[in-house]
This record gives sequence, C-alpha cells and structure tokens, in this order.
Amino acid sequence: MGSMNSLTISQAHQKLKAKEISAVELTQSCIDRIESIDDSLNAVVYRNFERALEKAKKIDAVGTFDHPLTGIPYLAKDVYCEKDVPTTACSNILRNKDYIPPFESTTTSRLMDVGAISLGKVNTDEFTMGGSTETSCYGVTRNPWNRDCVAGGSSGGSAAAVAADECLFALGTDTGGSIRQPSAFCNCTGLRTTYGRNSRYGVMSMASSLDTIGCLTKTVEDTAIVLSAIAGKDPLDATTGDVPVPDYAAALTGTIQGKKIGMPKEYFMDGMSEEVKQSVLDATEVLKSLGAEIIDVSLPHTAYATPCYYILCPSEVSSNMARYDGIRFGHMPEEERGKRKEESLIEYYHLVRTEGFGDEVKRRIMIGTYALSAGYYDAYYRQAQKVRTLIKNDFDDVYQTVDAVISPVTPSAAFRVGAHEGDPVAMYLEDIFLDPQVMAGIPALSVPCGFTKDSMPLGLQIMGPQWGEETVLQIAHAYEQATEWHTKKPAL
Amino acid sequence: MTTLSTDDVRHIAKLCRLNLSEEQLEKFPTELSAILSFVDKLQEVDTSNVQPTPQSTGLTNVFRDDEVVSDGPTTTELLATSPLPIIDNQIQTPSAHG
Repeated sequence: MGSMNSLTISQAHQKLKAKEISAVELTQSCIDRIESIDDSLNAVVYRNFERALEKAKKIDAVGTFDHPLTGIPYLAKDVYCEKDVPTTACSNILRNKDYIPPFESTTTSRLMDVGAISLGKVNTDEFTMGGSTETSCYGVTRNPWNRDCVAGGSSGGSAAAVAADECLFALGTDTGGSIRQPSAFCNCTGLRTTYGRNSRYGVMSMASSLDTIGCLTKTVEDTAIVLSAIAGKDPLDATTGDVPVPDYAAALTGTIQGKKIGMPKEYFMDGMSEEVKQSVLDATEVLKSLGAEIIDVSLPHTAYATPCYYILCPSEVSSNMARYDGIRFGHMPEEERGKRKEESLIEYYHLVRTEGFGDEVKRRIMIGTYALSAGYYDAYYRQAQKVRTLIKNDFDDVYQTVDAVISPVTPSAAFRVGAHEGDPVAMYLEDIFLDPQVMAGIPALSVPCGFTKDSMPLGLQIMGPQWGEETVLQIAHAYEQATEWHTKKPAL
Repeated sequence: MTTLSTDDVRHIAKLCRLNLSEEQLEKFPTELSAILSFVDKLQEVDTSNVQPTPQSTGLTNVFRDDEVVSDGPTTTELLATSPLPIIDNQIQTPSAHG
C-alpha cells in the first residue's frame, strides 16, 4: 500500500509533473508488483517489461508530462494488436506460432502518441468468448478478492490487474458485458462505450456489430482521461461515428442536481441476490441525497436481450472465426509438419481449427453456422435483429424522460472457478443485465457500490443514451465521490 | 424445444471445418440443444411490423477518398505471419483438389 503502482492516473500525473517520481520508477513499481503477485492471479499473459522500461527512460529524458497519460503504465487485453508484440487472443490457434502483428491497433497507437507505456498483455476468455476467463488457453485468472473465485470475463485479466495494482489502468473489450462484469467482480470502474465511439481497428473481432473498446480504471476520473485519449472517428474503422469527442474530465462537475435517473423494474427479478438488490437501493439513496430524482421506468423487452445476443453473437463469430484457417496466420497442426503435400486443403483446415479452437469457440461457431444456414436464417438471425430493434426502442422511449438508467451489473457477486462447467446457458445468464445495452449500442459503466457479507465486490451499472458518455461519467463520478467503495483494496 | 441429434451436430461441424472427438460428439448435442432452446424464447415476440437492426450507429455508405494508403504493413510483413512456406510472395498451401 502506498507504493507508486497503487496510484490513480491523476495522482501519478501530478507526481510525474512535479518530478516527485519518474516514469521509470513508476513502470518499475508495476513490474515489481506483477513479478511478486501475478503467479497467484494469472492476469498477465505476456510481459513486455524491457520495452516498457526503455520507453519510460525516453519519456523521462524528455521530461515534459503535459498529457495526463504521459509515462502512465497500462496493460492491454490480449486481443489488442501491438506491432511486433505477440498477441494471441488467449487461443491455441495463435499461441503456437505466437502471432506477431505487423501493425498497431488504433487504440494502442493513440495511447502511444500521448506517451502511455504498455507493460504487456492480460488474460481473456479465448477470443473474448466467455464470462470468467476459464476458456483462456493460459488458464483462469483468479479474483484478487478471493482466489477461489473467477475475476469475471472476458476482460478478467484486465480487471484483476487493475484491482491488484499491477498497472494504473487496463484496456478491455465489451461485446456482451466483458468490461462491466469483471469490473464489478473485482471492484474496478469499467466503461462500455457507445458502439462506434472508439475504433476497433487492430482489435481481434468477435462479433463485429457488437464489439466495443473500453478501459478499466481505479476511478471515474481516470476513465474520463483514458476515454478522451482514445475516442473518436478513425478512417480505419468505418463504423466509428463522426461525433466530436468532448473533454470528458471537464464533465465531472460533482453536481447532479436535478438529474433524472430511471430504475427499470425488469432488472429487479425474483431469485436475484438480496445483497445485490440492496446495494443498488442504497445507491439510489446516495443519488437522491445528491439531488437526483429517481424515477420508476420500464424496459419491457429486457428478458429477450440475452437470447438475442446468443443468436447475433455466435452468428457473427462463425463468420469472424473463418479467417483462422492456418493460411494467413496461426497455427500449423502437429501432425501436418513435414507431410503437408499429401493432405488436401479441406483436411488441413479441419486439422488447424480442430486443434486450435477450444470448446466454447467451437460451440459458438456451430450455433452461428446453424442459425445462418438456409431455412433457419429468418427464424433465428432475422428475428433476433428485429427483437434488437424493440430493445433499442425501449431505451429510446425511456431516454425521452430520464437522463440515465441504473441497475445492478450482475445478479450475484463473483462465482467460484468451475461453477458453470458443462452448463453454457448458466454462464450466458451471467450477462442478463449486460446484454440490453449491447443490443441498443449505448454506453454503460460499472462503478463499485458495495460488498457482500463474504467481502466480494458489487457494481452499480449506469447507462446513458447513445453518445451519452458524459452524462454517465458525471453521475458515476458524483456517486463515487460520495462513497468510499472504490478506495477498498484486496489483501494480497 | 429444439433438439439436435448427433448426426445434426456431425453435419454442422463439417460445415464449420471442425472434427469432433468422441467426447465432444457425446456432449455437444445436449449443450447446443440447450442453447437453441434458450434462444427459442425469441419466437414468442411479435415482430410482424418491426424492421431489423443490423447495427446501431445509423451510419450508411461510409466512403473514403480513393487513394492508396501506404503506411500499413508491407507485403513481406503480412506474409511473415503465415505458418506455411512462402514462394515468390505467395503462400504454398496444400492442394485444393485433394
């Protein structure tokens, strides 16, 4: 405690600027932390320490810390391509030959431009498919608050690393809750942005119409700082919107007097944990005391979002995973080496993909292939896209009367490793509060809001309208400033 | 309730270019049937007058200037990520004709 690696971005920035600490010292403190505790967490899957220290030295030599991210060490989920840095999506299909991207993702490139320092890669479910990092080829990431429990997923490595102070912030991706759920499980702040707010270029795709780029941080202010640096239109990603990027940190006024905040009754269902329910009810009292008005609202198609997700996502997965055919990149099957010419191309594809993909990826490819096949397309994919419209309309209606909507992040706190083994649907239901925002393409943030009696963290979800990150951050910041949950750290 | 038989699963796997182990052929029919039954809930929604949403940005016809952008990776760099032999800037694959 009290060491440099436990600083927030804004605290570290002040110290760097005042020359109280150097970028090398800050980077080294994160490296030391990773080396001393990560064996028990398994959050970091690639350590790029030498390059990080070289970069830090150069930054210290220049010595100007004008941007709040200059000299700030971070970790990236193992789906962000960094030029010349092994990036594997935690999948055997890329691991065996250690795929080394010849290009840089827009997000890591923008971070590099302002002087942030990449320390390496963190664990994820294979190609981000999962809610626990249990499908990673490197094994599960443990929850820093209780190592018998998962850190969540798919950005579980990111969340555990931030919670354990192995870095100052981490990059994650959120397709169906993969930033918000691990943030809630590990007591971090995690933002899923509006679809199209951040460039997906250079980030390995899972479901292209749903994938979003975001960060996990120790405070809401830090989220605002990172978002301001990475957001905005990118000619390399045609789905990014040409919408101006505000100075998000300037939105953090601390005042939410008169804000109208909706409470959707569909998110408080039978059978959910009483502690989760109570933590959100307690949060509404805090928001009211800050001058916000809490209004009961209804999002009637909420229950259809997860079934909708598990048609659209696997369908897009089956298409995106087709590129892993062992031709342009990836893995050469063991039995193929040396006798390639005798095999047919089709057999080669089978061998590469059979060895390279894990069970969850295979399940999704198969569900997607089935849902998109002739005779089933209208009943599955097209119907899901229509239901998606209804879910989106629900939010459009509600945002006519409220500024934001709040809910729990998950129906319960972090579950035990192996709890959902052999039951994919039980794992999918972990996302039940996190898929509606995905269908609507709106921003949503998880902020710490309490603990269970077993001392496991809980998260409050704050959702905004499309492009409404400022409102979400403003409300989250005011709530965070009025509470102390985000300051609690796991004993490691 | 949608149920996939072992033969259905074997057929889908072939379309996906996947071989399944005996263990997978044992468990996947049950697991995939459970997933399909779960998503069958969508069938109860009346969508007769609803347009589909393929993506949420509202963007249509995004164009860029028709110019060669040369700051990306080189041909050699891109070919270097292939596990297969490279001959004259081409990847040598197994025969497509068996």
